[in-house]
Amino acid sequence: MKISEIKNLLDAETLCCDEELDSEVESAFCCDMMSDVLAFASSHSVLITGLLNPQVVRTAMMLDMKCIIFVCGKSPTPEIVSLARENGIVVLVTGHYMFAASGLLYNSGKLSGV
Amino acid sequence: MDPLKIHFEVDGEDFSSAGEASVEMKKKLRQLGIPADVIRRCSIAMYEGEINMVIHAHGGTADVEVYPDRIVIILEDHGPGIPDIDLAMQEGYSTANDRIHNMGFGAGMGLPNMKRYTEDMTVESTVGVGTKVTMTVKL
Repeated sequence: MKISEIKNLLDAETLCCDEELDSEVESAFCCDMMSDVLAFASSHSVLITGLLNPQVVRTAMMLDMKCIIFVCGKSPTPEIVSLARENGIVVLVTGHYMFAASGLLYNSGKLSGV
Repeated sequence: MDPLKIHFEVDGEDFSSAGEASVEMKKKLRQLGIPADVIRRCSIAMYEGEINMVIHAHGGTADVEVYPDRIVIILEDHGPGIPDIDLAMQEGYSTANDRIHNMGFGAGMGLPNMKRYTEDMTVESTVGVGTKVTMTVKL
């Protein structure tokens, strides 16, 4: 699934790395606990989270993730966005809550959960 | 053959910069042409260790040794030490406070994750002196 399709489906705003919107992703993982992301998420997943700190980006970097989706309309700080930009990670912000955002992506049938 | 050695200082004062040594190690291993799966496992294990050093021990050092057949990561701190290592290795056991939980860590998955992603891990710790974690990932 293209990141641009995710953006449209979630009615999300892009905060950085627009040029990567055509990249393909195969799976998604939603969590606020970064250790669980490190333990259970697969590489190259999309990370869906409501947690706002630079460790979200570093966690994504460890797993070579291409996109982070912040839910509940939460705005990441410029420091977070800048770290993501430096590392080519697309940052999306959606007004949907985590349950709804995850449900919409799951229902698309285009992303696996592992 | 002498290993290629990389040394990192882990700053314990600033949580927001935690993980920088792991990011740097990841870049270096990539430059060395280490396989992606090995880099991923080393990165996750070292990142968890780095976070632990920052939240529990006011920072420390990380030394990475690259051998032809394995990568060894040695994390050392002069923090409070771990009174019961077996207990600390249990998934879900944590002494982290709410401040750490709010940052997305402290779920008691750090040490278990480090063990999960490495072939060998030893933890040596003395209360009041510090902790040394040695991890090996085979190439």
